[in-house]
Amino acid sequence: MKILVCISNVPDTTTKIRFTDNNTAFDATGVQWIINPWDELALTRALELKEASGEAIEKITVINVGPQTTEPTIRKALAIGADDAVRIDAVPEDAYAVASNLSSYLKDNPYDIILCGIDSSDYNGSLVGGMLAEFLDLPSVSSVSKLDIDGGDIKLNREIDGGSEVLSTVVPFVAIVQKGIAFEPRIPSMRGIMMARKKPLNVVPSGGEAALTEFVSYDLPPAKSACKMVDAENVKELVDLLHNEAKAI
Amino acid sequence: MSVLVYTENWDGKFKKLSFELVSYAKQIADRSGTTVTALSIGAVDEAELKKLGNYGADKVLSATDERLNVLINKAYASVIAEAAENEGAQVIIFANNFTGKALSPRVSVKLKAGIASGVNAVPSSYDPFTVSKKVFTGKAFANVVIKSDKKILTLFQNSVEIAETGGDAAVEVFSPALNDADFATKVLDVNKITGKVLLSDADVVVSGGRGMKNADNWAPLEELAAELGAALACSRPVSDEGWRPHEEHVGQTGKIIAPNLYFAMGISGAIQHLGGVSSSKCIVAVNTDKDAPIFESADYGIVGDVQKVLPELITAIREMKAS
Ligand SMILES: Cc1cc2nc3c(=O)[nH]c(=O)nc-3n(C[C@H](O)[C@H](O)[C@H](O)COP(=O)(O)OP(=O)(O)OC[C@H]3O[C@@H](n4cnc5c(N)ncnc54)[C@H](O)[C@@H]3O)c2cc1C
Ligand SMILES: Cc1cc2nc3c(=O)[nH]c(=O)nc-3n(C[C@H](O)[C@H](O)[C@H](O)COP(=O)(O)OP(=O)(O)OC[C@H]3O[C@@H](n4cnc5c(N)ncnc54)[C@H](O)[C@@H]3O)c2cc1C
Repeated sequence: MKILVCISNVPDTTTKIRFTDNNTAFDATGVQWIINPWDELALTRALELKEASGEAIEKITVINVGPQTTEPTIRKALAIGADDAVRIDAVPEDAYAVASNLSSYLKDNPYDIILCGIDSSDYNGSLVGGMLAEFLDLPSVSSVSKLDIDGGDIKLNREIDGGSEVLSTVVPFVAIVQKGIAFEPRIPSMRGIMMARKKPLNVVPSGGEAALTEFVSYDLPPAKSACKMVDAENVKELVDLLHNEAKAI
Repeated sequence: MSVLVYTENWDGKFKKLSFELVSYAKQIADRSGTTVTALSIGAVDEAELKKLGNYGADKVLSATDERLNVLINKAYASVIAEAAENEGAQVIIFANNFTGKALSPRVSVKLKAGIASGVNAVPSSYDPFTVSKKVFTGKAFANVVIKSDKKILTLFQNSVEIAETGGDAAVEVFSPALNDADFATKVLDVNKITGKVLLSDADVVVSGGRGMKNADNWAPLEELAAELGAALACSRPVSDEGWRPHEEHVGQTGKIIAPNLYFAMGISGAIQHLGGVSSSKCIVAVNTDKDAPIFESADYGIVGDVQKVLPELITAIREMKAS
């Protein structure tokens, strides 16, 4: 069995977001790039499953659609423990183009379990996993908070609005994972970092459809007016303000 | 031509979010000179389906095959795509919730419809079709142009007004072609949260952070929530510590919410926390540290000890309600 983890290369979650060119492009100056937090957890879970599987899971591959500048992030995934990596050489213009590129590669290079995160912290699409499953005509299980392989049987938990469910599915499938899939992301060890340099990172040409959307410009949220401070000795005033001024209670 | 809106049900009932979606669809349909068709999947009775008419649905399609009683992504996406084709839908609308995130991308590929997810307003232009969406976890907005003929939008909860039109919807049975191969995924067990206000539905949210000190200190927060009909939430460390259940965790790696009122009690206001709550219409913060970053994002603040402020707050709210 082989597991694929799709990784998005995103600005560190503490990045101060700025735009350039008259607010038409993201300003990457000084930005620290990381593996999208969900994808790091997905990779962690994939490694746990592999270790528990004996020989049943032979390989974990990470894949990214992106220009050469994403390679340090891909190398980090190799250092955490992925066996090899693929970079599809394309500027990822939207989720549709990304999913299409992934699917065109996967049609010739199939995997049994494909893991995506629920949301990429840059463009917040929550789209690539579902789109990829549809391009490949595979089942998708979304908002997955637990994934187990018991013998050959796949068991998952997913969160729904107002509860959770236990599901089974069949390989190959796409799981779109979220909180709960793994507890703490693994961090690369020194040995992992050394080994990552020698692990294969295959670059393949873009083979997907064009984007259907275009992000034409950006706005920053309007500046927040100053916080109105209420004295701790006068909590009643807060209630008055919430009732009469904010009309929130 | 039409605008198709997928209206999910919860145990056969619609809720506020459903009416927001139909109201939103109606605004777009009016601008495009077309009608709104709502699609319901699963067992919902006629009287409930008819309610959608009051928010602007001209027609309601109801698909009730037993196999559709649980959400199977692949099967549901086929049903929605078939309805969209039948209705000649140009715009298809979903909620930006777990269900919408599960289904909209599959429908997008089936129909080759470009998608803007997590939108919070009607399109700013129809030619080119341009709509604003949140990006960088609430730190910015992007204006997205959808270039394809068919378009999909997923709408954030609590971002548009509900408008009653007094209209009447024609309810039609819809019997889509179901393909056995679409049902490879099975739902084995369902656990519903009962007896509390869901975070996704709440107008008011009462949230506690590490400043609450321990799980036992939650009683006054629960009391405040009960007083306001509010849902409970927490910061990530609180759910990591097991003080509160995971489904209450809000933020970048938890739930993203946009209530009318958010109480941040003993929460420092880390950027990853704010990513999940910054769209709240009004934020109240109580924190012992006057320099806590949460005060930069709050509308009202008290520098003080939550344990002391909470009982006084509950009393003051009771007095306000009684007067
Ligand atoms: C220079 C540059 C500019 C970009 N400009 C834009 C832009 O203007 N608009 C835009 O939409 N996107 C842009 N992107 C791409 C963006 O980073 C995402 O890859 C893509 O848009 C999908 O985003 P999403 O929010 O829909 O992903 P989601 O659907 O939220 O991502 C969910 C999951 O899909 C997988 N995934 C997402 N992206 C990739 C990927 N690239 N490779 C492999 N797996 C992935 C991950 O598992 C992720 O957790 C740009 C990227 C670069 C490098
Ligand atoms: C990739 C990533 C993702 C993350 N995602 C999330 C997320 O989704 N959600 C999230 O919440 N965090 C997230 N975090 C963690 C985040 O960075 C913060 O560590 C976290 O939000 C802090 O939680 P807190 O405010 O409860 O605790 P603290 O930062 O410890 O703050 C406690 C606050 O309580 C105040 N306090 C103490 N005693 C009292 C008292 N008696 N009365 C009143 N106030 C008091 C203190 O002054 C302090 O401001 C993420 C981090 C990373 C790196």
